[in-house]
Amino acid sequence: MTGKTNLSIKAVGGTGSSQVAEFPYRETRLAQSADKQVEFRSIEKRYGHHQVLSDLSLSIKRGEKLSLIGPSGSGKTTVLRILMTLETIQGGSIWIDGKPLWHEERNGQLVKASQQHLRRQRAKIGMVFQHFNLFPHMTALENISQPQRIVLGRPRVEADVQALELLDMVGLRERAHHYPAQLSGGQKQRVAIARALAMKPEIMLFDEITSALDPELVEEVLNVLREIGRTSDMTMLLVTHEMTFAKEFSDRVLFMDGGRIVEEGEPDQLFSAPTQDRTRSFLRKIIAAGQRI
Amino acid sequence: MTFDFDFALQVLPDLVRGFAITIQATVGGSVLALALGLAFALANRSENRLLRVCSGSASEFLRRTPLLVQLFFIFYVLPDVGIVIPPIWAGILALGLHSSAYMSEVYRAGIEAVPKGQWEAALALNYHPVQTWRRVILPQAIPPMVPALGNYVVLMFKETALLAVITVPEAMNTARDIGNSTYQYTEPVTVVGILYLLISIPVVLALRFIERRVHQEAA
Repeated sequence: MTGKTNLSIKAVGGTGSSQVAEFPYRETRLAQSADKQVEFRSIEKRYGHHQVLSDLSLSIKRGEKLSLIGPSGSGKTTVLRILMTLETIQGGSIWIDGKPLWHEERNGQLVKASQQHLRRQRAKIGMVFQHFNLFPHMTALENISQPQRIVLGRPRVEADVQALELLDMVGLRERAHHYPAQLSGGQKQRVAIARALAMKPEIMLFDEITSALDPELVEEVLNVLREIGRTSDMTMLLVTHEMTFAKEFSDRVLFMDGGRIVEEGEPDQLFSAPTQDRTRSFLRKIIAAGQRI
Repeated sequence: MTFDFDFALQVLPDLVRGFAITIQATVGGSVLALALGLAFALANRSENRLLRVCSGSASEFLRRTPLLVQLFFIFYVLPDVGIVIPPIWAGILALGLHSSAYMSEVYRAGIEAVPKGQWEAALALNYHPVQTWRRVILPQAIPPMVPALGNYVVLMFKETALLAVITVPEAMNTARDIGNSTYQYTEPVTVVGILYLLISIPVVLALRFIERRVHQEAA
């Protein structure tokens, strides 16, 4: 990425009292390491009095495939949602390609990001949701084609061709003219993946994308994910309860609990020799529930 | 009391002419109400507090005062401050304003019924807010609203009879004029009633049909 700035903001996490709205920040110089594509610095996230993320810091390398695991309510989905700008943060900062997500530089100061800045940053990120969130009033083809046309300004023919190619990749070309209501859960999710890919994001977020599916439909969606992982160098963040898949797919696994990262490591290490009690106890419960790891 | 069919037929052309004005007022009022109602609904969701308060109190005011008072105000009071509006336009304005406040509630409910995930998907795909409204939210919100909005249009259609009090020569006013000059009220008023039924019954049936279709599609 070009246009990298060395600007940084003073870490505001920890005290829990700082608000994104407090500007301007005092700046400190801090070198950005070149392979860091995404960086969370001391993130604080609260819903009212409920602390969802506490002093969470995390760096993600370009092209890295990272899985977030942990009990429900541990904050792993929130990590994806704040990166997608679906949620605001109360403290800390997020950096993508060396530029802050919620702030932007103006006259050497970091100020609250404008809508234009947010849209520029958001364009690098795509997301697939647990409940698909396809547009029900559009066919599968139109779901994939329209965003390319109206957001990226691609001509209709080009957008439709791209959409059909992606439908081919997810094995649904013959369903191009079906509406979401006429598709199974697994098919809907594959269309949703194709829709996100069509926008050519550099970072893809997958939020429990098989959790709402009937068990027999999980594999067809995971197969699509395997294919993407094999053929693309996108950075991928995955929140999942499928431990076998996380182990096979990821370069690194994070175990979260209570809004913090408890432990992280390579999949083999984390799944077979976790160092933290909480990780061990979580994995034991998963195994007791019938999953093989 | 006898019903003079010949007299009824004789006054029919005048009443139909009056009825054309009734329909004009309904169409004009509906267009205004549908547009303004949506504007109210959007303003009520705005991030701008001042806009929210203004549109909220305006729509509250319009719903808490009688249409007849609003009609009189627009036609008889506004001229005192130099605003003179021709009767038919004053009627359309009052009908439109009054209904828009009710319609905005229909829009609000319809918009709130669109799942949160739709907003999130549009944001994740980087839709501009205007595109989100136009391409994602309103196309899903409006079809289920059609029966409720239609009912308000039918209600307005019947309320156009009130425009008689501000001298609009619509159907009811025409009937009254005929009665006043011939001392025969039975025929003109009956014919007007039938004309209203001839329009409103098919419209209500059509609305029921649309309502069933919408429910079927939702199922």
